[in-house]
Amino acid sequence: MRKSKALIFEMSRSGRRGYSLPSCDVPEKLVDELLPRKMQRSEPLELPELSEVDIIRHFTELSTRNFGVDTGFYPLGSCTMKYNPKVNEDAAVLPGFALMHPCQPLETVQGALELLYNMERGLKELTAMDRFTMQPAAGAHGELTGLMIIQAYHRHRGDHKRNKVLIPLSAHGTNPATVSMAGYEVVQVPCDDRGLVDLEALKEAVDDTTAALMLTNPSTLGLFEEEIIPMAKAVHEAGGLLYYDGANLNAIMGYARPGDMGFDVVHLNIHKTLSTPHGGGGPGGGPVGVKERLIPFLPVPLVDKKGDEYSFDYDLPNSIGKVHSFYGNFGVAVKAYTYMRMMGAEGLKQASTDAVINANYLMSLLKKIYHVPYDRICKHEFVVSAKPEKKKGAGAGDIAKALLDRNFHPPTVYFPLIVEEALMIEPTDTEAKETIDAFATVMEQISKDIDEDAEKVAHGPYNTVVGRLDEVRAARSPVLRWEKDKD
Amino acid sequence: MGGKHYLPLTDQDRKEMLATIGVKSVEDLFSDIPQQVRLQREMDLPPALAESEVLKHLNSLAAKNKHFNNCVSFMGAGVYDHFIPSLIKHITGRSEFYTCYTPYQPEISQGILQAIFEYQTMICQLTGMDVANASMYDGGTAVAEGAIMGCGATRRSKALVSSSVSPFYRQVLKNYFNSRGLDLEEIPLKDGHTDLDELEKKLGDDVASVILQQPNFFGLIEEMDGVADLVHNHKAVLVVSADPLSLPLLSAPAGYGADIVVGEGQALGVPASFGGPLLGIMAARSKFVRQLPGRIAGETVDSEENRGYVLTLQTREQHIRREKAASNICSNQALVALGASVYLAAMGPQGMREVAEQCLQKAAYARESITALEGYESVFPGAPFKEFAVTVPGNPAELNKKLLEKNVLGGVDLNPFYPELKNTMLFAVTEKRTREEIDTLVRELEGWK
Amino acid sequence: MKYNIIDGVKYTKKHEWARQEGNIAVIGLSDYAQDKLGEIVFVELPDVGTEVEAGKGSAVIESVKAVADLYAPVDGTVTEVNEDLLDQPELINSDPYGEGWVYKVEIKDESQFDELMDVPAYEKFVVEEDEE
Repeated sequence: MRKSKALIFEMSRSGRRGYSLPSCDVPEKLVDELLPRKMQRSEPLELPELSEVDIIRHFTELSTRNFGVDTGFYPLGSCTMKYNPKVNEDAAVLPGFALMHPCQPLETVQGALELLYNMERGLKELTAMDRFTMQPAAGAHGELTGLMIIQAYHRHRGDHKRNKVLIPLSAHGTNPATVSMAGYEVVQVPCDDRGLVDLEALKEAVDDTTAALMLTNPSTLGLFEEEIIPMAKAVHEAGGLLYYDGANLNAIMGYARPGDMGFDVVHLNIHKTLSTPHGGGGPGGGPVGVKERLIPFLPVPLVDKKGDEYSFDYDLPNSIGKVHSFYGNFGVAVKAYTYMRMMGAEGLKQASTDAVINANYLMSLLKKIYHVPYDRICKHEFVVSAKPEKKKGAGAGDIAKALLDRNFHPPTVYFPLIVEEALMIEPTDTEAKETIDAFATVMEQISKDIDEDAEKVAHGPYNTVVGRLDEVRAARSPVLRWEKDKD
Repeated sequence: MGGKHYLPLTDQDRKEMLATIGVKSVEDLFSDIPQQVRLQREMDLPPALAESEVLKHLNSLAAKNKHFNNCVSFMGAGVYDHFIPSLIKHITGRSEFYTCYTPYQPEISQGILQAIFEYQTMICQLTGMDVANASMYDGGTAVAEGAIMGCGATRRSKALVSSSVSPFYRQVLKNYFNSRGLDLEEIPLKDGHTDLDELEKKLGDDVASVILQQPNFFGLIEEMDGVADLVHNHKAVLVVSADPLSLPLLSAPAGYGADIVVGEGQALGVPASFGGPLLGIMAARSKFVRQLPGRIAGETVDSEENRGYVLTLQTREQHIRREKAASNICSNQALVALGASVYLAAMGPQGMREVAEQCLQKAAYARESITALEGYESVFPGAPFKEFAVTVPGNPAELNKKLLEKNVLGGVDLNPFYPELKNTMLFAVTEKRTREEIDTLVRELEGWK
Repeated sequence: MKYNIIDGVKYTKKHEWARQEGNIAVIGLSDYAQDKLGEIVFVELPDVGTEVEAGKGSAVIESVKAVADLYAPVDGTVTEVNEDLLDQPELINSDPYGEGWVYKVEIKDESQFDELMDVPAYEKFVVEEDEE
């Protein structure tokens, strides 16, 4: 079953085409009259030439070489790969949403503004924040927007010495990268032996140069930061602000809200918590919410309602400006809004309940087989360490490949960094008990396989369309595009 | 009720699972959340709707909006009403593509990885660049990240951006630079084009990036001859924001010396969606590959020498390099990039050339017809690609209101972005507009005032 | 000992080595460091003429999924870099003390060598690190 797939360029035949245009019905001039010759393209254009059916078959075959949530269980930790309801997709492609221009007169976009307004109301209630912007197109984009807002707040107060952002060691890589993008320095805060942020160390670290603490709660270990109140107090007393990375909000909807924990700024990953699909990497959505005192710094425009009329408000003199050409991934917001309306308050809370039940249940099954370094009640995810298996000859990455052979998507591997040989497992709310049981059974089988023949496990997978790919070669001699002359 | 059918656990399942976990109730699973931060009431959200009800609600919201199917659009300024071939949605609608995550496990992600590799290749073929990434969020963020790449590559901290670059992009750029503590200066306009004398004056050995747009925000073709030499003489980097749909007709940016090509890919079969999801294009010469932000797919082999694809050069990225990463970007617009590849494959070189030529011809026809009217004048000299600025005899908002009565979405008012341009509108005419539609616009303009 | 720790060079706590050749110090990564990093795919070398400072990052060594700074063992001015590494970064894996050297500096302060570890001290250090 191993086989490579031809590239679209290799299937090209000169003269074929996949679309025909109507002929031009305006009086035509010579191109040379309209466009000075020296500005015209002299380089050949080497796009592939295929018929429509060739293209459909090519991409259909590619799709069969791909694994999505619709293919099977996808417990990729901190990514919340829950089912993507189909009605979301139907809503987003309605012409009244999908075929609107961002510069249309306000009277022609009332339905879109109403949707954004309603969605903002929902997000405010979900997080206990006072206002939201939908502009950020992804979680990391939300982080950057949030830090820009925090920066504008401090600068506006004339507080220019705050140049550091505190981040726990368990944080996602986007957090420190975002801190640098915003021109801040990262200060790492250690975790204690419970896996929680070390409160004493945090108190030591905060001072009058602290701009903010960025925190994911529950953390990437799936643990709720129980000392969030004293943590928030320590940061606020030093004049810093609290940033909530919403990557793991799926654990606590209806149970606790970042705004009630003391957070000043929040981003949500609507492509995680609110069920919109990941699309092989995107588009996602990362709305950012803030508390009252930070509203003046939000990106423009905000969506307002006066009487029955909706409008864009650009009148925010201290706004950071814009972070997206227009209003963010509106089409993704339509999907998230659809999901929120389908779920309601009770449904969202039940989703978090089931996400937490599934995670704890799976942990209780797996801890009989694997080492669970933080063995306590978890939230939506938990971390297993394959350090003992690694000593036998097959580590976290090898276990992941063994899962591929059994038609499961593996957990996140080698993250968080504070656990060696980490497998970070997030079953989500949309999986049945039978699925979780089957996954645990397979994990047990893999453990046995490692005991019997670790070497074999270390060379998997065996049943996939290609075998383990040589990432060293890909990085040492990068081939990043197809080239005609090579073949 | 509502979306509970997305949750497969039954009450019996929950009971059994709690027993296996060894807790008495669900409440025990949340006992680690301090009572002070527990929400002591139910959330106040509208009641859950069934699927039939939610569709009714969303249809009613959508019905309040005007759109390209019930109006004729002459709006552009970065987002256009180009024709979208049917096959695109059938491919991006395959759930093996749209329900997968970033391809961290290459052996079961060959579909999306190969699609990204093909997308990267097509973007290189269009722009003449050596490498492209898997996408940025949109044109604005691509411009900002391109300018920052230049800073990284030259270890300098200042950029010059032409005032003819989209104001939507410049707003994002300004914000990114301001936050990071980088300097940004604008190069003024001369007749709607970048004032190259001013560029030369402002160029110093402290400049990292020079950002131009082709065609520029007014739809005009910028003079690129000699610009790259000027920029390179100061060891700065030339960043060009290009409309990919113009490239079958216009010189490839590599040909006139661009180092980094960015841009908005919406024209490549992407629905306008009220301005998002869009497609940020990012490509560069190979010497900048280590500064390139975001995902990159690369070719390799498995142990049996089968060709395959992986995400590569990942040490540039946030999950490995953390605070030293080239960018913080993680999620991108991969599915939109997939759709753009399908568009490019469907069009092929011939179709792309035809689309671009029809834009050129139809925009020229519309400009000529409109500026022949009394009170309507062309604002800038020079060749437009698919949009053009004209002064109109009155308030643009009122004109658009009148056009709307005929289900025409008029032009974009330029005054908010260029205060010196009063009663000036930008009209876009794509290959999708028919002569009849253009003539209707002209007739309505003629009858106004 | 699982790792090759050779005589004639001195070691840092970040697992670099330095060999004194007159007023020049040759600098590289220890066998332990290359083993921990795994297959090296890319090396970012300093420019000739760069002033490096003991304990500060002076080159970057990358494997597929890790990035390591090479901290200068001693102060000095870079006189030569190993350009073979640009095409064959794997030389650091195959011959860390020989063909896999990274750069050379003109030594500023010879006494800095006294602060680096000799073979017995480094062996002990590596054993402790490995146990963690």
